[in-house]
Amino acid sequence: MARLNPWRWPVLGLAGLYFLTPLAASVVFTLDVPGQGVTFDAYTQIFSTDGFGSSLLLSLELAVATIAVVLLLTVPAMVALRLGAPRLRPVVEVVCSLPLVVPPIAFVAGIGTVLKWGPEHLSRTPLFQTLVAIQNPGFPVVLVLAYVVMALPFVFRALDAGLRSVDVPTLVEAARSCGAGRRQALVRVVLPNLRGALLNASFLTLALVLGEFTVAQLLGFQPFAVWIVNVSGAQAQLSVAVSVLSLLVTWALLLVLAGFGGRTRTASRG
Amino acid sequence: MTVLDNTATTPEPATEAATVEFRRLRREFGPTVALDGLDLTVRPGELLALLGPSGCGKTTALRMLAGFEHPDSGEVLVDGDDVTRVPAHRRDAGMVFQSYSLFPHLDALDNVAFGLRMRKVRTAQRRSRAAELLDLVGLADKGARFPHQLSGGQQQRVALARALALRPRVLLLDEPLSALDAKVRLTLREEIRRLQQELGITTLFVTHDQEEALSMADRVAVMRAGRLEQCAAPAELYGRPATAFVAGFVGTTSRIPGRLDGASVEVLGRRLPVDGRIPAGAEVDVLVRPESVRVRAEDDGHARVVATSFLGAAVRITVRLADGAEVKADLPAHEAAELTAGAAVDVSLPDRPVLVTERTS
Repeated sequence: MARLNPWRWPVLGLAGLYFLTPLAASVVFTLDVPGQGVTFDAYTQIFSTDGFGSSLLLSLELAVATIAVVLLLTVPAMVALRLGAPRLRPVVEVVCSLPLVVPPIAFVAGIGTVLKWGPEHLSRTPLFQTLVAIQNPGFPVVLVLAYVVMALPFVFRALDAGLRSVDVPTLVEAARSCGAGRRQALVRVVLPNLRGALLNASFLTLALVLGEFTVAQLLGFQPFAVWIVNVSGAQAQLSVAVSVLSLLVTWALLLVLAGFGGRTRTASRG
Repeated sequence: MTVLDNTATTPEPATEAATVEFRRLRREFGPTVALDGLDLTVRPGELLALLGPSGCGKTTALRMLAGFEHPDSGEVLVDGDDVTRVPAHRRDAGMVFQSYSLFPHLDALDNVAFGLRMRKVRTAQRRSRAAELLDLVGLADKGARFPHQLSGGQQQRVALARALALRPRVLLLDEPLSALDAKVRLTLREEIRRLQQELGITTLFVTHDQEEALSMADRVAVMRAGRLEQCAAPAELYGRPATAFVAGFVGTTSRIPGRLDGASVEVLGRRLPVDGRIPAGAEVDVLVRPESVRVRAEDDGHARVVATSFLGAAVRITVRLADGAEVKADLPAHEAAELTAGAAVDVSLPDRPVLVTERTS
């Protein structure tokens, strides 16, 4: 079928050019210092620059926490939905997609307003302490909460695709007739067959959290994306080097996850 | 064709075969009544087929025994114990589903061993038991295959082995053959029956295919609109259907108008005794099987051949009688040679009691 189309290669070439040119430009910009020739200084500098380690670690911690929370929230809910009330799926889909329509600016403005209630109205209640605690700059729980909401559309879609490719009700009944309780059926039968979907959802969430800037910046925290923007003002070359590096790291993670997913056979047939 | 020789691994008979009783089961799904007071007893060690058109409640009844549906009222008894409120995973019932239900992430052996793993049987023990079961269904060499590497028939065999792994007291088969192609269906049909008889396990088999039900089951329960119409051995069900519905649903039946006169009926110019219930009105239909209708070429006959269809050993001839009723008759192929569409024929019935019912048209 593809053989019939002689336009395949030119189109692929143009698309490749379109995507690779800016990337190549970035790489050249970081390597080729005028007057010094090719040097890796920009990359070696990254590790010695203040805040690199701490901000990257914070981002990864946030990502792990977000993935854990969002999966614990959505997986049981979606399996239950599939088993108990499949007709409610469109409703849940719309609700889960809402974060896509709300711009992050509006979202963070809302969060900011709520957080200000702390000092303004709640200073004498225990809630005030809670509000302070979730804004701890060492590990801002409020960011996790925000990211969970922002990741919902992606996680929903990934899990939904996974659930559609497996006949969940029959598998659960088969497991139950083999003597498995409800929880065992979920853990031993449903989850292993959703492995690909779970990895997809995790990866999308990871990518989202690593690259998220608006919410973190406006709430005044310093995860990785915010740190990149901050250093770019002073050291342009360094910040581009970091961007290229984070792109490569993201690709590497993607490949690792794809490797994991590829080893389980696509569970759709069967 | 894989007819299997499993004499080497004759399975141990199940612990005592169980009796299953449905008592006044009732279940409604919104406005539709799936079960309308079903009473049925399955005898120990027998294969009982639940037969009926789609929506007659046969699957609902099976799922109630499995524990996946719960009755609005009535009870399910296994060996006299009420299991209505026992959760599905403690029911001691193995089930084979209509759609392929093997766990896609496990190979055939692990699929069969799944139930044993849930029971915390030790690894070595459960693997040897699973291998034994795979051997029983003739797939000893396919243990390492994943479900998507197996054909439909092989998948259903593995599913059967999985259902038997925990030595259940009842085996439930929910149209296990309907997704398979005709030839595989026939071999698997024989094999399920053979296994069931060897193990002596009480089995409930849901099907909408009357041929399947008649050829496999010890007894067939015909259901209609959530109720039991008749439960009898296949020969009796076919030869002496209790109701017009059973007569029409099991096998082919034609209706010939007749006139009731006491305990006999006048039909096709002769008087025949009535079998079974005698309806109230005088105008009745006589129900006849195609193999008991005789058709002879007769130049001054009042009936005309409308159509013929070749069935192999026999030819099915559709004849229109003088009064417009159509009758189907099976004739040996050599007798039917001269009977082409339009031929004048004479139709008669053998001198045996016949089943009659109120005229419907």
